[in-house]
Amino acid sequence: MNEDPVDQRLVERIQNHPKYKELVEKRSRFTWWLSIIMLVIYYAFVLVVAFAPKSLGAKISSTSVISVGIPIGVLIIISAFVLTGIYVRRANSEFDSLTQAIKEETK
Amino acid sequence: MRRLSELSALASVLLWSSGAWAADAAKPENPLNMTAIIMFFIFVTVTLGITYWAASRTKTAKDFYAAGGGITGMQNGLAIAGDYMSAASFLGISAMVFAKGYDGLIYSIGFLVGWPVILFLMAEQLRNLGRYTFADIVSFRLSRIPIRTLSALGTLCTVILYLIAQMVGAGQLIRTLFGLPYEYAVVIVGTLMILYVAFGGMLATTWVQIIKAVLLLTGATFIAIGALNHVHFDIELFFRSALEGVKSSGLADHKKVVADNKDIFAPGGLVSDPISAISLGMALMFGTAGLPHILMRFFTVANAKEARKSVFYATGFIGYFYILTFIIGFGAVVLVAPNPHYVDLAKGVLNGGNNMAAIHMAHATGGDLFLGFISAVAFATILAVVSGLTLAGASAVSHDIYANAIRGGKVDERVEMRISKIAALVIGIIAIYLGIQFEKQNVAFMVGLAFAIAASANFPILILSIYWKDLTTRGALIGGSLGLISTVTMVVLSKTVWVDVLGNKEALFPYKDPAIFSMTLAFVGCWLFSKMDSSAQAQKERALFAPQRVRCETGVGATGASKH
Repeated sequence: MNEDPVDQRLVERIQNHPKYKELVEKRSRFTWWLSIIMLVIYYAFVLVVAFAPKSLGAKISSTSVISVGIPIGVLIIISAFVLTGIYVRRANSEFDSLTQAIKEETK
Repeated sequence: MRRLSELSALASVLLWSSGAWAADAAKPENPLNMTAIIMFFIFVTVTLGITYWAASRTKTAKDFYAAGGGITGMQNGLAIAGDYMSAASFLGISAMVFAKGYDGLIYSIGFLVGWPVILFLMAEQLRNLGRYTFADIVSFRLSRIPIRTLSALGTLCTVILYLIAQMVGAGQLIRTLFGLPYEYAVVIVGTLMILYVAFGGMLATTWVQIIKAVLLLTGATFIAIGALNHVHFDIELFFRSALEGVKSSGLADHKKVVADNKDIFAPGGLVSDPISAISLGMALMFGTAGLPHILMRFFTVANAKEARKSVFYATGFIGYFYILTFIIGFGAVVLVAPNPHYVDLAKGVLNGGNNMAAIHMAHATGGDLFLGFISAVAFATILAVVSGLTLAGASAVSHDIYANAIRGGKVDERVEMRISKIAALVIGIIAIYLGIQFEKQNVAFMVGLAFAIAASANFPILILSIYWKDLTTRGALIGGSLGLISTVTMVVLSKTVWVDVLGNKEALFPYKDPAIFSMTLAFVGCWLFSKMDSSAQAQKERALFAPQRVRCETGVGATGASKH
């Protein structure tokens, strides 16, 4: 069981604060959406690898040897980075100021 | 002073033996490379210097486990990248691209996409709820003794398996570089990592990782530029040359690709069936979120904001690095495969094995001096990763098992730290022994096995304890154990261990990656046995979810940074 004592009254004050509810709601919706986007991108890729590996070997143009799988792979890597950037941006501004406000107002 | 004398003893052992081997046993393709040896000694001297400095600043348990909590987001991002970009990634992934083409990229993508998920669902929560190990989070609500024991077991299994992969990489690398026997190289790596961890704790480990990350990213960038420079930065020509390279190659692996009519720019033999592909994908993605040495890194920063910044930087560095390994792998097909200097044509193999593709690439693009640099960097890479792993394993023994499960959290910090140092020593010795046993395995593949355990034993109980109110000790214990036992069983019965290591004729379990089965078992086990748990203990644990959530979301009550 938890080693640190929990201040029950403080917990209740925070829990009942409207901004806490707003924070939890907004952040969960946002993080689950972002996670789902990442999962969909990745598992769509995995399923193509599993069921239609040849399709990733299609050439990007008739004169090229480069397969579509290569830019797709690189784009997935970039999308992972971009998604983390999107989260950090919103968390640093909106979520952090909400958290700060909650802490101030429940002291 | 004791540290210095140990260093010089080690140095003389190394010098003596490399000299001896160069004289009578080194093969002609492994000449003594003085540049590499000098750079290697510079690295070891600098890192032991850092260890000495870190030892003087490591006084409390918080210093030892979490570097005092004073690492910045940027530093931690680099250190995470340093922890994550292992020799298995650098040598193994570029080797896989070199030998099989596109399959290497599938591994890379799987290794990377776990990071956004860690950021969205876990990074800040870990920082707000935990102190030193991920078991801190799980035992916030759940019963201390059983949960700590299970988490420690999950940690140790992951750490040991991952360590084997690193040790194999180390042995192969140093054998090629110095002409040293494999076993000897493994012993040297093991000894150095024990010194870093036991004396310098998390602070030394962090700085070893930061330095290594900067060196590795720099070195890999130069190799990739060298590869692209060869084709005048014409991407089309680059891939065309790789294709021609495979067709005209004298290597057995490439001949097999041509004979089987495989497309090197499309998924090939790595994932032979849909179940394996999905299973591997799950192990890679969720395994990252269950690696104890990675999770531990989130306790070294001051607050949730720094924790999230760490992941942003880490994802950028790691993603960039994987794109480089892809270029390096194909670059080696163009520059290394046709060159008799790197290839044993009689046997149809690359000198030192496929894992040396990136190392030969360094020589092909930058000559002896650059080869020396990259060899030293690869060596540094191994040392940094094994140190992080050893620290995570030692923390599981001292913080989870000893301090919390056995002593109920009431323990003298100095005793706990001493236990941790002894544990580091023991883990180091085990890693050396197993590293020697697993010499012939593909290193990237071994990492895949470690990931399966992390994904099936550590990740389910961690994510459920953060997000699912109804999780109880009983549910977590049964679900986590099911995940751990089923993964280990399936791995032992699979071809990798049952046939290749134990010498049996046929594998009893048909798939290389068990994650799809073991993760499902773990989650279903956690859910079912938590739901059925109506004990008084379970009610208390559910009631604690609300305060846990408040701390998780706001950081109120979280352990802050120390003042020095």
